[in-house]
Amino acid sequence: MRSETTTLHADLAIIGTGLSGMSAALFAVNRGLSTVLIGSGSPMNFASGLMDLMGVWPSSKEWDDPWAGIARVRKEIPGHPYATISDDSINQAFTELIAFLKVQGLDYRRSARRNVNIITSLGTIKKSYLVPATMWNGMLAFENQSPSLIVDFSGMKLFSACQIASTLSEQWPGLSSVRLEFPNTSHLEEVYPEHLARALDVPENRKRLADLLRPHLKTHAYVGFPAVLGTSAPGETVSELEALLERPVFEIPTPPVSVPGIRLHQALIRGFEKHERLHFVPDMAKKVTSLSGKGFSVTAGNDGRRCHVRSQGVLLCTGRFLGRGLIAERAGIREALLGLPVTQPESRQMWHHSTLFHPKGHPVNRAGILVDPLFRPLMQSSAPYAEQLHAAGSILAHSDWTRMKCGSGVAVATAHAAVTAFDQGM
Amino acid sequence: MKGLDVDVLIIGGGATGTGIARDLALRGVTSLLVEKSDINAGASGGNHGLLHSGARYVANDAHSARECRSEGMILKQMAAHCIDDCGGFFVGTKGDDETYIANFPERCRENGIFSRSLSLAEARELEPSLSKDIIAVYRVADAAIDPFMLSRENTADANRLGSSILCHTRLIRFDRDGRRIVRAWLEDTRTSRTFSVEPCQVINAAGAWAGKVASLAGVSVPLVYSKGTLLVTQMRMTKGVINRLRPPSDGDILVPGGTVSILGTTSVRVENPDRICPTVAETDHIVAQGAMMVPGLEKVRYIRAYSGVRPLAGKKGCGDDRDVSRGFVLESHEKQGLDNLITITGGKLTTFRLMAEKASDLVCARIGNTRPCLTLTRPLPSTMAGRWTEPGAAPRHWMRKKHKSRDRILCECEMISEKTLDDISEELRKTGEQPGLLALGNRSRLGKGPCQGAFCSARLLAHLYDNNTLSGTDGIFEITSFLSERWKGQQPVFWGDQLIQAELTEAIHCGLFDLERFFEKGRS
Repeated sequence: MRSETTTLHADLAIIGTGLSGMSAALFAVNRGLSTVLIGSGSPMNFASGLMDLMGVWPSSKEWDDPWAGIARVRKEIPGHPYATISDDSINQAFTELIAFLKVQGLDYRRSARRNVNIITSLGTIKKSYLVPATMWNGMLAFENQSPSLIVDFSGMKLFSACQIASTLSEQWPGLSSVRLEFPNTSHLEEVYPEHLARALDVPENRKRLADLLRPHLKTHAYVGFPAVLGTSAPGETVSELEALLERPVFEIPTPPVSVPGIRLHQALIRGFEKHERLHFVPDMAKKVTSLSGKGFSVTAGNDGRRCHVRSQGVLLCTGRFLGRGLIAERAGIREALLGLPVTQPESRQMWHHSTLFHPKGHPVNRAGILVDPLFRPLMQSSAPYAEQLHAAGSILAHSDWTRMKCGSGVAVATAHAAVTAFDQGM
Repeated sequence: MKGLDVDVLIIGGGATGTGIARDLALRGVTSLLVEKSDINAGASGGNHGLLHSGARYVANDAHSARECRSEGMILKQMAAHCIDDCGGFFVGTKGDDETYIANFPERCRENGIFSRSLSLAEARELEPSLSKDIIAVYRVADAAIDPFMLSRENTADANRLGSSILCHTRLIRFDRDGRRIVRAWLEDTRTSRTFSVEPCQVINAAGAWAGKVASLAGVSVPLVYSKGTLLVTQMRMTKGVINRLRPPSDGDILVPGGTVSILGTTSVRVENPDRICPTVAETDHIVAQGAMMVPGLEKVRYIRAYSGVRPLAGKKGCGDDRDVSRGFVLESHEKQGLDNLITITGGKLTTFRLMAEKASDLVCARIGNTRPCLTLTRPLPSTMAGRWTEPGAAPRHWMRKKHKSRDRILCECEMISEKTLDDISEELRKTGEQPGLLALGNRSRLGKGPCQGAFCSARLLAHLYDNNTLSGTDGIFEITSFLSERWKGQQPVFWGDQLIQAELTEAIHCGLFDLERFFEKGRS
């Protein structure tokens, strides 16, 4: 096999293509920085497509107002990534991201100072902050206890309308369910969300679905579907279904790989394509070297397709274990690319509690990289590893995102803060 | 209130208890078996699944060695469908006691146990994953046995012959009248409902809990508890069983179990058989020891660790528990002033049949039944009941069968389809059990693959609502209990890929579904 090697030059090399890396790339190009984005992330990294900001801290306290929660976290967890970012900056980061996604045809909605209650595919209620516009009506229907019908499809896994209606029956008595055979799927052993979403990109299929559903509609004020209502323009699918069914429609989030996660991933990729200041390298970064003069060299890809990037700064958005930013070995946790110090529990015995749902969360989830207020990783000596090496997202220490419900907020806000710091240092 | 009349009450649903239920039933004696948890919840489930050839015990416990030899041979005939007759090796590595190695073939010969020396080249051809540092190899007649299938099949056969079994049913006390137990009080642990039975004879087959049961009857059984920890690899590492050729020690047996392998074990004296769990230190030690025989054990992904408690017959205060005989104890309690209780404990999975035979002989003598034991000659029938616990069985079934209607795979790691799970649910309902996630998990490979339940739990939950098994908020309780149970055995093996899996489990079940909030709300 012939090997192909390319060399790129940029102001900033961003490593990692989860939410923090992707939004960092957006913030960087918006600031006029020439940027290389490196990573082989998939829609899996975008989970359900919901974006949380802050929901729980301490474990006994759920916050309706995420900003009040953040204020408490700043006071009580000085090492938390939010501790050195102002509300204004966090808000500005989200505003920039929302505007970008809107241009790509993906609408997200939020309340200024309030978390929203979202029904999950398990029939639980989850607090989130910024949600796909296609899910907004679900929040209204739940809060108003409006009589609603939830629809599911034969052959689809991980989504049962009857489960959701039954689980929520005490809290929401007006909820009922119906199962439909999606057009042209009866011969299939299994029906996948992504295929349904693609089918619903075609207007003809929306009409057929509406025709199948119409006889089941009675006094229902809303209709809820699994999150499969179209791929690239879900807003259009939803409005057309609303017109056909003559009532508001909403989507219910599903576990990854989810259609809203795919939409978010695709919208970001679309936005970066052909961008003059951004080059996207869709491979894992293998090596980062801090050059003795100034700047960095990043190597990505494998023998068949290798890419060298020379950049003035590097932003690590490599994530935790799932993203391969942190590597857990029997002897301890290490950072994958530069061997940066990782703050972590003393021994493996202390990584996890003996119960999965322990209210305090598992200590291993607070392990990670410590940074200074400019989001530069620190050495054991508490000095930055390098002038222009930054880190953002879930690799940062002291943020147990699954328990605090702050994953997307930390990803977006720290990406924004790190890019801003790099830009100002240039 | 008058209690239910039963001929024989058996306490404990492990290999011994279920074996006794079948043995008695074959002699025309019906019984009621009560189990406080579920089938094989104790040592019968917490072991390697090794059918010993006896070679393991030739040096220090000749009696057990001979018992294992003959029982192993009988089971290969009588319960062939529960056994993978894969054979085994004893391997000595550099630094192992050379006298022990040199004496091994003679010791085997003395006890009538097959062993054959192999050249290192022959051995590596048969088992390519063996270490290059191996200095001696003997072939033996070890095999792998599925203890869950075995106990389910014994239960099913006893059931067929008119005996009953109640899981989740705990003994709370006995009423005694002089030298006899006249009544046993039982509690359904799920509903807290209590009821009583009036048995003629009581058999205490409670394994590590036999001492507790005996004390409820006012008698005693001297037992020590030895905890053993085992690890499950994601893939099958070897064709056959690999034993370390040295005096029994930690991490020296690797047993294949269908598509996985099981590495163990340790021997740690514990005071209480309840709430034992594997530790990180034990795990690291077992991996390091195992890797000396099969170096791949250092790098392979482990999906789970678990511990069992061996009930060893003996007095407290002995030295290493490995010196305590692995023979069994049959106690008639007559000298302790009780005429209708017997205790059978200790022993090994390999000798369960013999233990059941001896216990049944004693009970039959007491009730005047003179029919002979039939488990020596009557093969264990193969039924639905045990078939889904075997790794690899569900995917073979799914691939072979004709798909007339939709049959979605709900557990993608182990390829278990909705119809298979429906069949198991049907079996459960027959014995009065509710087919929830835990019960279905105990009767199949559900949640036992690399994902350890992260996805299949939610898929099966949706299916159980669709077929009206669950309603209301049942599902929240079901899924949190199931995931919590799977979590117990994973903690010590959370590094590398399995830690990534744990992160994903939390991302879905806490990050998206907020399931941890139900625990928090439950507390306040």
